[in-house]
Amino acid sequence: MSQTQADDVMKSRPLYGRLVPKQGSYHFIVADGEGGEAVASLLNAAPDMKPRAHIIYIPGANGTDLTGMVSGLGARVFHPAPSYASASQRINKVLGDAHMGLQLYAAGTEGLIGQVQRDAMAAGLPHDALTTEQRGSLARRVQCVHCKGITENVTLDPFVCAHCGLNLFVRDHYSRRLAAFQGVCIDAEDPGEVPPSEERFK
Amino acid sequence: MSNQTRMNVTVTEVVEVNSLIKRFRFVREDGGAMPGFSGGAHTVVEMDDNGTRRLNAYSLMSDPADSSGYEISVRRDDSGRGGSLFMHKGVKPGMKMVISQPVNLFGLDLRARKHLMIAGGIGITPFIAQMAQLDSLGHRFELHYAARDADLCAYGAELSARYGERLHRYYDVEKQAIDLANLLKTQPIGTHLYVCGPKGMIGWVLSTAQKMGWPKGALHSEEFLAPPVGEAFTVQLSRSGVSIDVGPTQSMLEALEAAGIDAPYLCRGGACGQCECKVDAAEGEILHYDHWLSDDQKAAKTHIMPCVSRFKGERLVIDL
Amino acid sequence: MSLDAPFKDPFFRDESFFGDYSYRNSPHAVKRFPFPFPEDDYMYSVNMEPHVKGRPGSVFEHYFDVDEHYVSEMRDRARVLEQDPLRCQSLPHMTLAGWDLLELIMEKFAEDYPHWFSLTKDGNRWHWINRPLGIDQKFTFLDESTLPYGPFEYITRQAQGDFTLQDQREDNLWIEAGMVTSQADWSLDFDIGMNFHEWHAPVPLAHQMGIFDRALKFLLALQYGAPVRRFNWTMTVDPLLDTSPENYPKWGPSKTTMTPETIGQRQHLRVELQTLIRLPRSNAICFPIRCYLISLDDLVTQPKWARRFHRVIRGLPDELATYKGFIRNKPMILEYLARFDDGAPTSPGWWPED
Repeated sequence: MSQTQADDVMKSRPLYGRLVPKQGSYHFIVADGEGGEAVASLLNAAPDMKPRAHIIYIPGANGTDLTGMVSGLGARVFHPAPSYASASQRINKVLGDAHMGLQLYAAGTEGLIGQVQRDAMAAGLPHDALTTEQRGSLARRVQCVHCKGITENVTLDPFVCAHCGLNLFVRDHYSRRLAAFQGVCIDAEDPGEVPPSEERFK
Repeated sequence: MSNQTRMNVTVTEVVEVNSLIKRFRFVREDGGAMPGFSGGAHTVVEMDDNGTRRLNAYSLMSDPADSSGYEISVRRDDSGRGGSLFMHKGVKPGMKMVISQPVNLFGLDLRARKHLMIAGGIGITPFIAQMAQLDSLGHRFELHYAARDADLCAYGAELSARYGERLHRYYDVEKQAIDLANLLKTQPIGTHLYVCGPKGMIGWVLSTAQKMGWPKGALHSEEFLAPPVGEAFTVQLSRSGVSIDVGPTQSMLEALEAAGIDAPYLCRGGACGQCECKVDAAEGEILHYDHWLSDDQKAAKTHIMPCVSRFKGERLVIDL
Repeated sequence: MSLDAPFKDPFFRDESFFGDYSYRNSPHAVKRFPFPFPEDDYMYSVNMEPHVKGRPGSVFEHYFDVDEHYVSEMRDRARVLEQDPLRCQSLPHMTLAGWDLLELIMEKFAEDYPHWFSLTKDGNRWHWINRPLGIDQKFTFLDESTLPYGPFEYITRQAQGDFTLQDQREDNLWIEAGMVTSQADWSLDFDIGMNFHEWHAPVPLAHQMGIFDRALKFLLALQYGAPVRRFNWTMTVDPLLDTSPENYPKWGPSKTTMTPETIGQRQHLRVELQTLIRLPRSNAICFPIRCYLISLDDLVTQPKWARRFHRVIRGLPDELATYKGFIRNKPMILEYLARFDDGAPTSPGWWPED
C-alpha cells in the first residue's frame, strides 16, 4: 500500500464550484458552518429564488454558527439542524417527494457536501445535478478501510480511527457513494512505528 | 472493424409498413442465435449499391430477448445518397447481407426511477426495443410519439395495444402537440429523458428540459444523421501521399474505405468520435455536420469527422 | 451449491491460499505460467491486444482459463466471502449485466471444457452442471428467485479470478458490481460507484502519461464480439490470493519476516490477466481479473524469465515498487535474482522456450 500522494495526482478528489443560481422549479439548499455565507451570496444574487427556497443549516463542527444570519435571508422555509444526522430524514423526504426541475445546492465542509451528494444520488439524481461550494474547515470524513467505520472531521494525518483504534493515514482516494476519504493502517508492517501527526486538513 | 464484429445474415422478411417505411428481418446464415442486445443499439448494414459500398447504421427495433433474428425499419429518403433507396428497392427476402454486431450509443440508464421517452417519426425504432426491454425488467416508462399523421405513425397502433396508457400519440395534421412544459414539470425525481427524432425536435426537447432545470446527466438523445450529400471534393492523405476523390453522394469515410483504407468507426453518423481525423491543411471551408467536435475545434479547422463532414475549397489534407 | 464432492478429478489440486499455504504449481503449471514481460524493461502502457485463442496448453487456449487450482480457489473464495460478505456487491441496476456474465461464463465453460461443465437450454429454462464443484442447478434465466444467489454472485463463485462490471453512461465507465477476493490491494467496498478515472486515482505516474484517457476512449468503443486483454503484475509474499486492504494489518507483517533463506519459496510474482468484454443485453463491460501466482524458485527454473525478471525489477522506478508494495524487499529480491542473470541476451516475447 502506497503512502499518501500529492494532491496534483488525485483523480477521485471532488472538485467544487460556486453557488450560482440555477433555473428550476424549487431550490433546496443545505449548508453547514461557513457555508452559510455562500448561501447568503446566492440568495442576495437571486432574490427571486426566495419564495421557492428551502434552507437547512447546520452549525460547523469548528464552532462557526451562522444560524441567525441564514434564518434572516428570507427563504420560504428555513430549518436549523444540530447535525447532518438529525437532518437526514428530512433531506431524504424532501428529495423523495420532489420533481425533476428541483435545484439542489450544498455549501460548507467537504463532509457535508459529500453527504448531500450521496443522498441526492440515492434519490435518483445524476451526480452532476448538485451545485456545490466548499467553505470553511477542510476537515475530512474518512472511512477506515479495515473496520468500515467513518471518523468525522479529521484534521490530523495520521489519526486514530474513532471506531477500531488503528493508526490510519488519509489516502487521497475519495468515494462519492460513502462521501468519505479512505483511511489505511500506517503501521501494519511495523506495528507501533507511527510518524507524528500533522495538521493537514485545517 | 474486424470480422469478429460482423455477421453474415439472410434477409427473411421485407414488410411495407407504410408509404415511406419498410421493415427488414435478418437471421444468421449459419442458423445460429443472434447475440442479445441492449435497447437503443444499432447495427451497421453493409450494402453493395451498384459497386458503391455503403454502410448505414439502423436502430434495432426487435425485442432484445428475441435471439432468432434482428429487425430494422428504414425510412425512404428520396433526396438522400441512395442507401435507403437501395434498401427499399434492392433488398429482397432471401438476399445475403453483412451486418455488424450491435453497438449502443443510446443506452438506457437502468438506475432511472422512470424513463420518459419522446419520439418523432422514424425515431420510434430504438424505443420499440427499449420498451420491450424495460417492460420485461418491470421498469416504469412512458412514451410520447409524434408523427405527421396516423399512417406515418409507424407501429403506433400496435404499441398502444401493447402498452396502453403508457403510450401517447400525437398527429401533426390534427394539430396535436406534446405539452412538453407540463410533461417535464410533473416527473418524479430520478426520471431520465430520452429523445430520438428530427434535429429540430431534439433541440426543442433538450433546451426546454435544461431551461426547466433538468441536469445533463438525465438527458439522452440520438439523432438519425445520414451523411449529407454535397459537392464532390478531393482529400489528400499526408502519410500515404494519396489523393482520394469523394463523390457527391458518398461520405469521405466511404471514399476512404473504397480506396482500401481501414478507418475506425462505430456510428457513421457523427456522434461517436471514433473516426476523428486530424487536419493538416484546409484551404477552404470544412462543412462540419457532426455532433462530436467542439465549436472551437470546428472553427479552428484542426479536426474533421469523415463519416459525415465535407469540404469545399482548394485543398484538404488529413493525417492518415 | 455443494462443495462436498470436489477433487474427484485428480487434475485439481487440494491446496490452501492461507494458513499453511500449501498452494504449489505443478511443473506443467510453471511451464504455462503467463509471464508478463515481453521485454527486459517495464513501463506502463495500455498494452491491449485482442483476446483471441492462443497456443494450445497456454492460458490463452480457452476464452476463460480453468486450471489445476480451480477447485481450491473457489473454496478460498467461499471462505473469504463468509468472513466478509462485502467482497461481492452489485448495485441494483447491474443485475441484468450479471445475467449477461452468467450466460457468457456458462456457455464458454461448457464449450471449452465439456468434460467438466454442461449447459442445456429450453427457452429460459436452463440446466447447469459444474462437475468439479458438484453443482447441478436448474433455473430460469433472468429470474433471480430461481438461483441461490444473484446471477453475478452465483456465477463468480464458480469462476477463477475477480470480476467487476462497468456500466457505460455519460461517456464514462462506472464500476458498479464486483466479486473481489483475489485482489492486489484495492477495496471494492470503497471503489464501487466510481468512474474510470476515480477508481484508478491511486495509480502513480499513469495519469500524467495520459494512459487512462486513452484507455477509456478505447474501452468506450469496445465492441461486442471483440474482447481485449492485457497484463498487470505485482509481488506478494506467500501465495495469498486475498491481499485486501481490509485485511492489510493481518498480511502486511508477512513482508517483514522474509529472509534470504526463505525468499525463493515465499516471494511470489503475482500476474493479473485482465480481459475486457462487452456484454450484450446490458451494454456493460465485464472486467475479469485473473490472478496467477508463481514463487521465485519456480520462476527461475525458466532461464529466460529469470534473466528478464531481474532486469525488470532492477530498472523499475521506486515509485512503482512502492505502489506495488515491495519497496522494502526490493534489495533482497534483486540479490536473489542476480544469481540467475548471467547477462546473456533474451529473446523477444514472453514464451519461455522461444
